Amino acid sequence: MLKIEAIFRPERVGAVTDSLLVAGVTGFHYQNVTGQGQQKGVEVVTGRGGQTTRSASSKTLLVTVVSNDKKDAVIEAIVSASRTGEIGDGKIFVSEIADTIRVRTGESGDSAI
Amino acid sequence: MDSGHTSWMLIATALVFFMTPGLAFFYGGLVRAKNIINTVMMSFMSIAIVSIVWVLWGYSLAFGTGNAFIGDFSHIGLSGISFASAEGDDIPPLLFVAFQMMFAVITPALITGAFAERFKFSTYLIFLVIWSTLVYAPITHWVWASNVLADGTEVNGWLWDLGALDFAGGTVIHINAGIAAVAAALLVGKRRNPGIQPNNVPYVVLGAAILWLGWFGFNAGSALAANDSAANAFLVTSLAASTAALTWGVISHLKTGKMGAVGVATGAVAGLVAITPAAGAVNAVGSLAIGFGAGLICFFAVELLHKTNMDDALDVFAVHGIGGIWGAIATGIFALEAISGTQGLIEGNVKQVGIQAVAVIATVAYSGIVSLIILFILDKIPGLGLRSSESDEDIGLDLAEHGEQSAVQDGAN
Repeated sequence: MLKIEAIFRPERVGAVTDSLLVAGVTGFHYQNVTGQGQQKGVEVVTGRGGQTTRSASSKTLLVTVVSNDKKDAVIEAIVSASRTGEIGDGKIFVSEIADTIRVRTGESGDSAI
Repeated sequence: MDSGHTSWMLIATALVFFMTPGLAFFYGGLVRAKNIINTVMMSFMSIAIVSIVWVLWGYSLAFGTGNAFIGDFSHIGLSGISFASAEGDDIPPLLFVAFQMMFAVITPALITGAFAERFKFSTYLIFLVIWSTLVYAPITHWVWASNVLADGTEVNGWLWDLGALDFAGGTVIHINAGIAAVAAALLVGKRRNPGIQPNNVPYVVLGAAILWLGWFGFNAGSALAANDSAANAFLVTSLAASTAALTWGVISHLKTGKMGAVGVATGAVAGLVAITPAAGAVNAVGSLAIGFGAGLICFFAVELLHKTNMDDALDVFAVHGIGGIWGAIATGIFALEAISGTQGLIEGNVKQVGIQAVAVIATVAYSGIVSLIILFILDKIPGLGLRSSESDEDIGLDLAEHGEQSAVQDGAN
């Protein structure tokens, strides 16, 4: 059982969620986040005519939990939907998780995902 | 110059000015969060650009003597408009110029709801100049221009001569903007993700409330004096908005079991649109009928138009076009001789409805065709074009066009 956390450009959220569903993901949640990566998160902002920079950029963080056999398909779905080839495309983190429990029924394991 | 009339008209002019920022919030709340600044900027820049066009040549083309169809260049840069009031003027000539300027400003801003979330901003700024000149000024001239030459002959706009009743601009502003919205929506095409996802419903209600307040200046100010007609216009304006808001809310409750704030705010605006031509012609009971009709007709117009392939993003045609047409015809129905000097259908004058219909058809035809031509040409000019790039549309026009976002978390420094 894996937790996949993906950080990508906010404008890609529609494309990513569409392709996740195609890849067989049953649920996910996402939020808009602010931060920085290797690019130092530099974002150019138009102020009063001139431009200022701030060391933080807006990204979307999506979290989903899937069974181990779906790992490659889900990662491929996220990469293909979010890659532009430019700096700032984001990251995907994969981690093992111990268990999932469905609150309504109390069942656990892969069938609760 | 009468100080009482002048005081009221200065205030009315400021109220009409405030409608355009109100519209910015009304439209801004209705779009996705990534497009709110762009939507607000479209209204705001209309204030900046159309005001300049108005004093340089717009006023002259609209209110200069000319002929029955368009003014002339006699008042370029307001030349020939006297600083000092003439004997018998109620208000200073420059106040009339300023009052009418605010009408010229809001009209193209109304159109922007149709092409929200996907229109190229630089092209829009040029569109403002051309559309105000070639569409707004002539139609204003048809309806409101009335000049007396030195030898005593009158040169009026042809709809004025015909006897069309348009107290505050139902044809000039609302039908005009509504049909131009159709031309724009068709030429710019559907959004990549159509549909309305309001990012801030209280902004929508706030915007509608500011429009409502501003409309007192718009309609009661169109009496051009602090008089009986202004008081009647003030009252019927508010009543029509109330009735239309209630009607819209009740219909939506009957259909869905819920009464949404976006719907009620839209209903209020539809009522304000419909009463605009009638504000100087009907009494309180007439305004209830007009408001009821506006709520009913515009509600179903929105539903019907959503089933078409045209992506009029914020329903400009359904509210301003259809609401404006209903208002123009309803003026011919409910006009009272005691208020407007002209009898409507309910006093037995069938002919007035026909005159109103002529004004509607002429405005729809002229504005529709000329707006289509203007936008078609702008689309073909290299470097301009109507449509934002696909990636700009995905990122959102706030960042893509303006480099700003409406709400951001603080950066690390």
